[in-house]
Amino acid sequence: MTAVFGVPLPAILGQLMLGLVNGSFYALLSLGLAVIFGLLGVVNFAHGAFYMLGAFAAYIGLQFFGVNYWCSLILAPLSVGILGVLIERLFLRHLYRLDPLYGLLLTFGIALIFEGIMRGLFGASGKSYPVPPSLRGGFNLGFMVLPVYRAWVVLAALTVCAATWLLIERTRLGAMLRAATENAPLTQAFGINVPLLVMSTYGAGVALAALAGVLAAPVIQVSPMMGSSLVTVVFAVVVIGGMGSIIGAIVSGLVLGLIEGLTKVVYPEASNIVVFVIMAVVLIWRPSGLFGRE
Amino acid sequence: MRARAALYGVLVVLALAAPFLGLYPVFLMKLMCFAMFACAFNLLLGYTKMLSFGHAAYFGSSAYVTGWLVTVHGWGTVPAILAGVAAAMLLGLGVGAIAVRRQGIYFAMITLALSQLVFFVCLQAQFTGGENGLQGIPRGSALGLIGLGSDRTMYYFVLAAFVAVYLLIRRIVHSPFGQVLAAIRANEPRAISLGYEVDRYKLLAFVLSASLAGLAGSLKALVLGFVTLSDVSQGTSGEVILMTLLGGSGTLFGPVAGAVTVVTLQEYLSDLVGPWVSVIVGAIFVGCVMAFRRGLVGEIQGRFS
Repeated sequence: MTAVFGVPLPAILGQLMLGLVNGSFYALLSLGLAVIFGLLGVVNFAHGAFYMLGAFAAYIGLQFFGVNYWCSLILAPLSVGILGVLIERLFLRHLYRLDPLYGLLLTFGIALIFEGIMRGLFGASGKSYPVPPSLRGGFNLGFMVLPVYRAWVVLAALTVCAATWLLIERTRLGAMLRAATENAPLTQAFGINVPLLVMSTYGAGVALAALAGVLAAPVIQVSPMMGSSLVTVVFAVVVIGGMGSIIGAIVSGLVLGLIEGLTKVVYPEASNIVVFVIMAVVLIWRPSGLFGRE
Repeated sequence: MRARAALYGVLVVLALAAPFLGLYPVFLMKLMCFAMFACAFNLLLGYTKMLSFGHAAYFGSSAYVTGWLVTVHGWGTVPAILAGVAAAMLLGLGVGAIAVRRQGIYFAMITLALSQLVFFVCLQAQFTGGENGLQGIPRGSALGLIGLGSDRTMYYFVLAAFVAVYLLIRRIVHSPFGQVLAAIRANEPRAISLGYEVDRYKLLAFVLSASLAGLAGSLKALVLGFVTLSDVSQGTSGEVILMTLLGGSGTLFGPVAGAVTVVTLQEYLSDLVGPWVSVIVGAIFVGCVMAFRRGLVGEIQGRFS
């Protein structure tokens, strides 16, 4: 049996796999956060709540309406995205002229409301969501067994991240988005409907969070507080990557997930805090983040 | 001005007489602890426009240190409080040194993330009692002279501390140092160009605020006799923001009014509506941000001046 630092290799690979799965969630969430921040200048504190709502949408769909996993994968982000659009229309829109701190505070309040509602309706305990039949089992790689669902999560998250990156960097729509991020009034003067763009960006960013929630539902317990602990880690990830940098969000999300997994092997007590420690070190060394620009 | 002096006079008389008016002293002490916490927080948000999203870290860690020293090591009440405040001060110095390098929302996110780090350390460390927290913390006596076991003497002890902190913050705000903070709040680049070392002023304000928040936490630990993880949690950090915002950030009395409102609401609502209380707190948050940005005291002052 091969071992590194006295830890058997399969254990390390297993934790790395878990880390990669977590990293996929970090990447999806921080990607949405970065896109929203880039265009709206709002740090969306409710991002974790939308992730939680996505998971709950899948759970409710299955329990009460018999909606299967694959339909949930489309329907949950769609419905949560519509909710996001409504919130942008009703609340966020009125805060753009003010200090960005108000956007942070507003979304913090919205997160409290959604978490409270779900706790009132479903209680604080976790609900389990079954892995869809077609994704059960595992691939035997010889040195370890790779669960099919975990592989699917990583693959799906990476595909969505890559697609989003391509959409923003290589399409006409993405060009408009980037132009509006750079200079909104000028973009509007060219006849592009910036308020519509802003609204759909918020909706799309939130839908990404909900998608991460659906992907996460079978691997973690679905509970009202599942988002609030995650959102702080994702904030740290975004600070490390550099606020508003899309590639930075994706890369640092995945890498930090892996580092967290590795820490679980080497020194489990530190696995919860390693991301925050790295954040502090990065900030001292490069205040604008790894991929950020001042 | 005269009206304000009269108002303060009435409040002081009321506060002195409160235990005799049939009000529950432990509840009043809890109010004062959170009011002190909010006043300390306001020093940052209201007077320097720095939104710390992790102030529970200083409140809670000081509470843990004081509770641990009193319970496990048999320290006296006052030295334990001072040690708690010192811990909060050091923590504030460490976090502040990293966080003041960035402004606005970055500052908020960094303070949040670092406070989460403190939370996990408290969760896993031995001396905090982990998930159980510290229970049965004795109140001891003030410098061995006055026993604080009875609610009434403890009440006056907390009241004295609260008044002292309130006056100290008032003094800080009106001092030359406070004026520099006001200048930074109004226009930071300009303050820099006038030759002020802005980061140092911000760091000092941060450390002061963290220390006073720590004092509030230590007192709360002694008043209620327990410290739990919720004292260092993100929820408590959010509450103190709400108190300050609701009462009126940047006004001296606002945080007190906000703390009284929020703590009273929670006390009565949690029995009535259970988990829905966070929905109400969230709705107040949204209401404050959307329509009520000057807060209770800010709006009243705006009307009368």
